Amino acid sequence: MNGLLHQLVSGIASGGIYASVALALVMIYQATHHVNFAQGEMAMFSTYIALTLIEAGVPYWGAFVITVAVSFVIGAAIQRVLMNPMANAPVLASVGIFIGLLLMFNSVAGWLFTYTLKPFPSPFGEGPPLFGGFVSRHELGSTIVTLIVLLTVWAFFRFTRLGLAMRAAAFNPVSSRLVGIPVGSMLALGWGLAAAIGAVAGMMIAPVVFLDPNMMSGVLLYAFAGALLGGITNPLGAVVGGFMVGVIENIGGAYIVGTELKLTLALVIIVVVLVVRPAGLFGKTVVNRV
Amino acid sequence: MPTPDAPALLEAVGLHGAYGESKVLHGLDFVVDQGGVTALLGANGAGKTTTLRAICGMIRTAGEIRFNGARIDGRATDAIARLGIAHVPDGRGTFMELTVAENLRLGAYARRDKAGVAADFARMFGYFPTLRERLRQQAGTLSGGEQQMLAIARALLLHPKLLLLDEPSFGLAPRIVRDIFTIMQRIVQEEGVGVLVVEQNASLALAIADRAYLLETGRIVMAGPAADIRRDEAVRRSYLGY
Ligand SMILES: Nc1ncnc2c1ncn2[C@@H]1O[C@H](COP(=O)(O)OP(=O)(O)OP(=O)(O)O)[C@@H](O)[C@H]1O
Ligand SMILES: [Mg+2]
Repeated sequence: MNGLLHQLVSGIASGGIYASVALALVMIYQATHHVNFAQGEMAMFSTYIALTLIEAGVPYWGAFVITVAVSFVIGAAIQRVLMNPMANAPVLASVGIFIGLLLMFNSVAGWLFTYTLKPFPSPFGEGPPLFGGFVSRHELGSTIVTLIVLLTVWAFFRFTRLGLAMRAAAFNPVSSRLVGIPVGSMLALGWGLAAAIGAVAGMMIAPVVFLDPNMMSGVLLYAFAGALLGGITNPLGAVVGGFMVGVIENIGGAYIVGTELKLTLALVIIVVVLVVRPAGLFGKTVVNRV
Repeated sequence: MPTPDAPALLEAVGLHGAYGESKVLHGLDFVVDQGGVTALLGANGAGKTTTLRAICGMIRTAGEIRFNGARIDGRATDAIARLGIAHVPDGRGTFMELTVAENLRLGAYARRDKAGVAADFARMFGYFPTLRERLRQQAGTLSGGEQQMLAIARALLLHPKLLLLDEPSFGLAPRIVRDIFTIMQRIVQEEGVGVLVVEQNASLALAIADRAYLLETGRIVMAGPAADIRRDEAVRRSYLGY
């Protein structure tokens, strides 16, 4: 029983990571109708920036803030320099760009930081597990950080003028320009925000899995499964889907398929969703009158 | 009435417009005065929608477009909107996924005067009471007429100096069309905007316009006071049907 409870808590903790990356994927998907396959590698690269800062003596939370800011700038710059000129390009060209980005971040990270596994510090301390031993300090802390990030992003999109303009620019760029919204800048902000969210996810997962240039490839697959499960057109659904995948992965890995085959669960979820319910559990089919 | 040497609110000189390689507008000259309604008439495919798109920088253009005397051709669409040019586009341009309230807030995106925006919201609810009842509804689920009202309200919330309307009567029941045109007349009188309206329904447009242009395959073939155009034999036969 305690074992199951522990798997559930771990599932929620890693589910938060998947939820964050799933949210980043959905944000880009809504604006471009493409899945940014490089989202995970961008997060991995951000995590190396954080490690470099920490090794240079910057205190953890200082490094955290700088990393988030730098990641935001990198994300926005990628949109401006690479994606913007591709706005009207055929689908395959965009897919090519995403895969190119993925390989580029992966190999540059390997070249700069080597492919050896590196430990990454947790800001929540090493002490004994909490609440009768079934939740580690890092699990609790990273879940709280993830929830803060998700709530902040939700409130930003829901309540601010800029958040509304970013949603409008993603849904309907033509009408957005006609009301005076600089659509290109909004897309760049969206990429920046997605990269910043990914950076937090990377820094939160790195203490658990160790840092190496391939750290995020599995995470991206789980996040993608979560986004599909919740509904790739629904940010809230994608977040819920991310948490669900975390729980399924942990419990399924412990009791059904075993840890070695855990990643297969993500593929199974992806295939089942695509076949049975392509819109996802919470995907809204928008009612459009013509 | 503007003073004789003040620049027109909007003036196009030798305006050309094209979609990629295909040229659609071939050197248009026209003006829109402040506080007046100018009608742009023409058959399907004449280039009416394209003319409005050219004004807003949505397509490639050549020639001059002046707004209050300053060149706006070549500027970005969003920058042109922020100068005070609102456009109710072909197809209404509804933000389908967003709520009615969010659509209206987007209309006022370019403005910083909170008090003025609040007053304009109240005024729009005066013009279009149904919108107030549907504030939380997803805009994509509004009826065609309601979406047209929303599009007009969204455009007016920019507090524009120039309002471009692309077939405001399209697809609407005659009674709703009459309501909308009555409201538009009130808006022109009360808000002092200049309006450039594109209409298939020529008699309706000529009834509220003080100036009109007739467009045929990308060229202006007739221009003048709306009253004269209304009386013209050829226009009557081809566009008014009596
Ligand atoms: N996006 C586009 N790409 C290429 N050609 C276009 C495009 N939109 C319109 N055209 C062409 O430009 C010409 C003028 O079209 P436009 O939409 O301006 O006509 P219109 O006067 O508004 O007609 P309607 O009364 O049917 O709305 C037409 O020949 C049309 O085929
Ligand atoms: Mg048209």
